[in-house]
Amino acid sequence: MDRAAIVGVGTVKIEKRKVRETFADMAWQAVNGALEDAGMTIDDIDNVVTTSSDFWDGRTISCMAVGDASGAAHKNVSCVEGDGTYGAFYGMARCLSGSYKTTLVTGHSKGSESVSSLITNCAFDPIYERMLGMDMITACAMQANAYLHRTKTTREQTAMVSVKNHGNALKNPHAQLPMDITVKDVLDSEMIADPLRKLDCSPVSDGCAAVVIAHESVAKKFRKKPVWIRGVSLCADSFFFGDRDLSRARSLTEAAKKAFAMAGIKDPRTEIDVAEIHDAFTYQELMWLEEMGLADESSAGRHLEKGEYNIDGRLPVNPSGGLLSGHPVIAAGLYSMAAVVRQIRGEAGGFQVKKARTGLVHGVNGLGGQSHCVWLLGDR
Amino acid sequence: MGKRVAIVGTGQTFHKSHRPDVNGQELINEAVVRALQDADLKMKDIDAVVIGNMDHFEGINYVDCWSVDGSGGTMKPIIKLTTGGTTGCTVAIGGYHLVASGMFDKVLIIGWEKNSESDTTGAITTAFDPIWDRLVFAGAISGLAAEAQAYMARYGATDRDGARVSVRDRRHAMNNPHAQLRKEVALEEVLASPMLADPIHLLDVCPRTDGACAVIMASGELAEKIAPKPDWIWATAARHSYTYLGDADYGRLTSMREGAQEIWKKTGIKEPRKELDVIELYQPYSFGGLIWIEDMGIVGPGEAPQYIWDGNTDMGGELPINPSGGVISCNPIGATGLIRCAEAAMQVMGKAEGRQVPDVNFAFSTGFGGCWWTDMILHGRKKPK
Amino acid sequence: MTDQFKGIEPMVYESMINIPYSWWAGDTASRFFISLRDEKKIIATRCMTCGKTYLPPRKSCPACFTGDTEWVDVSDEGTLLSFTVARRQFASIPRELKAPVIWGLVKLDGADTALLHYLGDVKPEDVSIGMRVKAVFAEERKGTIRDISHFRPVR
Repeated sequence: MDRAAIVGVGTVKIEKRKVRETFADMAWQAVNGALEDAGMTIDDIDNVVTTSSDFWDGRTISCMAVGDASGAAHKNVSCVEGDGTYGAFYGMARCLSGSYKTTLVTGHSKGSESVSSLITNCAFDPIYERMLGMDMITACAMQANAYLHRTKTTREQTAMVSVKNHGNALKNPHAQLPMDITVKDVLDSEMIADPLRKLDCSPVSDGCAAVVIAHESVAKKFRKKPVWIRGVSLCADSFFFGDRDLSRARSLTEAAKKAFAMAGIKDPRTEIDVAEIHDAFTYQELMWLEEMGLADESSAGRHLEKGEYNIDGRLPVNPSGGLLSGHPVIAAGLYSMAAVVRQIRGEAGGFQVKKARTGLVHGVNGLGGQSHCVWLLGDR
Repeated sequence: MGKRVAIVGTGQTFHKSHRPDVNGQELINEAVVRALQDADLKMKDIDAVVIGNMDHFEGINYVDCWSVDGSGGTMKPIIKLTTGGTTGCTVAIGGYHLVASGMFDKVLIIGWEKNSESDTTGAITTAFDPIWDRLVFAGAISGLAAEAQAYMARYGATDRDGARVSVRDRRHAMNNPHAQLRKEVALEEVLASPMLADPIHLLDVCPRTDGACAVIMASGELAEKIAPKPDWIWATAARHSYTYLGDADYGRLTSMREGAQEIWKKTGIKEPRKELDVIELYQPYSFGGLIWIEDMGIVGPGEAPQYIWDGNTDMGGELPINPSGGVISCNPIGATGLIRCAEAAMQVMGKAEGRQVPDVNFAFSTGFGGCWWTDMILHGRKKPK
Repeated sequence: MTDQFKGIEPMVYESMINIPYSWWAGDTASRFFISLRDEKKIIATRCMTCGKTYLPPRKSCPACFTGDTEWVDVSDEGTLLSFTVARRQFASIPRELKAPVIWGLVKLDGADTALLHYLGDVKPEDVSIGMRVKAVFAEERKGTIRDISHFRPVR
């Protein structure tokens, strides 16, 4: 199989309400950022994949709003619905299929323009579940209880994820919620849905991110040193919560195993230098770390307490501040990808980790992490 | 270099206006099971799933996740593509790239829709820009009517020319047990049917359908092992230019022209009219059957009416179009483009039964939707070099 | 942003997507709801190949991918696998319910998978994973999942 690399990234500042920019305006900024980063013009791009959601955008055929602004006019183009990591996955496949050399991938959403509780309620089965009135927060809260119960992870430990990630965001100029907070602040914040408190939850956000993926035959032609895609895999679990062990994520275990194998990574705990993980809620960072095999079962909370996931720790996790510090749904995974690319290039500024040669990016689709996408990026 | 990719199995539901006996997952499952049977494969043989529909027709968010019980996607990679009317062709192109990339050997591709579950026109209206287009434009018909008017004014075509296309497709549908509408109509009946938006009559347009389609693609030698006569994907193209309805050149389908020219150039096809043996055109209304084959390069601008009147696109003609009865006979929107792809594959594989065109070497299938967007696939009997 | 947009007040365009949906329950779910409505009985499907009993019922087994299923009765009592309590009046919560609303994931005796539903007749602080619960049926039943009013603790 051929290889592909990420040669350009562009992100707009994540904000609570972008009142001045439409979807197309955000896409225009992110795309031009990525092209500038790669030293490309739009003519160097031979195909485009936009990532958006008709539900979040309140629009059937949501990709229509951003295609032209993403430079897709008169080019081959497609649209993925789901997290940006899935859009990037398809974008990479189009580079490896022999059809194209450079895919521009964008992802956008504006949480500020809709009611996320109603949008995510629509992810429940309309016949058996939806009228009960759950949404993403209550679904994940139910999962948090199952995870905390099984692993004996404490509320203090999950609160520390919030403290760490909001603290990391202080050094990321594109983050929405940089905050210097304490475990007590988290535990004293409003209870939203047991056991999740306000500071356990990611905010509502607007944002757009773009990445340029290039086939190996052209990857070295552009301005920056390519960041190579070493491994990637995705996997979906059962839909109904009652069909899964809600305290676990076997689809993540499977996706991570395959991504590590593709990347030739034998011991992920020592070979990965930095990870940007889907932390829409605090417990998820710990749960996903365990389910990916980056920590022993029920142990991630203890590793966190020892500072191992801090920017200067053994395995820095979400040095950008993660989704807890800004969560534009759909675009989220592309922000994580851009953050890891910048780490590997040594361009992460204040949140740069030491010796970042191999990084992990993680994206999620569906309720309570039904589907996971795991990437391994590296400098070679 | 990418791998060669072929379709090795297809499956469809028996499309109906309403399917109250099944929910969405169960409808999807019917098509998937038939595709697996056609390829003589089991679900465990499938490496990845691509699925598509239009969210607001069923009101289900994260359809890829919700549908796994029906699609068989549990504990497999599953990805959702959606681009409006083009979706069915978009997912087929997606499956092609996933196999060609070398990451997966066997990919299951699904398109589905239960249009009976919502107000189709209400949902389509939300496709257009909420600030500029949505308030002044309702559903799909008005845009299509504007296109037909512009074409008629430019080339002197008449509503009789459109009706002739409808007569053809409805006659062809008689040979397809999966089609929803199987009733022959006379030209005068089309012209006498209620006027929806001048010049489009009721019998010029597609119905609303519940249906699903599944296609299995496999790589290189594996495809040859699975299917005695696989349908090779020669090339794909898509054009989704334009954001606002007013952006398009009404009376010409620029996306078709650009995409088709790319494919002819890529594959060395000089005379598509002579070299293609059958076309499955995503043609939701009759006039598209005139305008769009001109943009495809089958005949020159304004020449389609005479070409069609001469019977060239009927079964037994020079280049049969829509042996399945086409979209006018059946339109489960998210599945429609994939049905075109499956029907083209069946023609190449020699599995089209009562609607088989003899000796198909090249077949062409398309998807239409969005803001005058087109997706397209060239299928062939020979393995591309 | 260039100067040409300076001083322009950004306007908000309010709208709503309001599309009525009629989801066909299909034969399988219909049978489940009719049994719930008419007999206050919770029924599930069992896969004849792997023997797994699914609730909600499935027309075909998602694991074996076969259509060989049979109907079985399951108990109206079961074990709570997890739960949450909405403390805010989320927009998704039906209007007639007031926070705190408790949802539980209940594995009924005789089923291999669990059902999402409400917990009631219990204070949020008294709910715990592993507790036994029993279905309380709605007085007026219309053939929906809310024909079960909620699950209450078994005392």
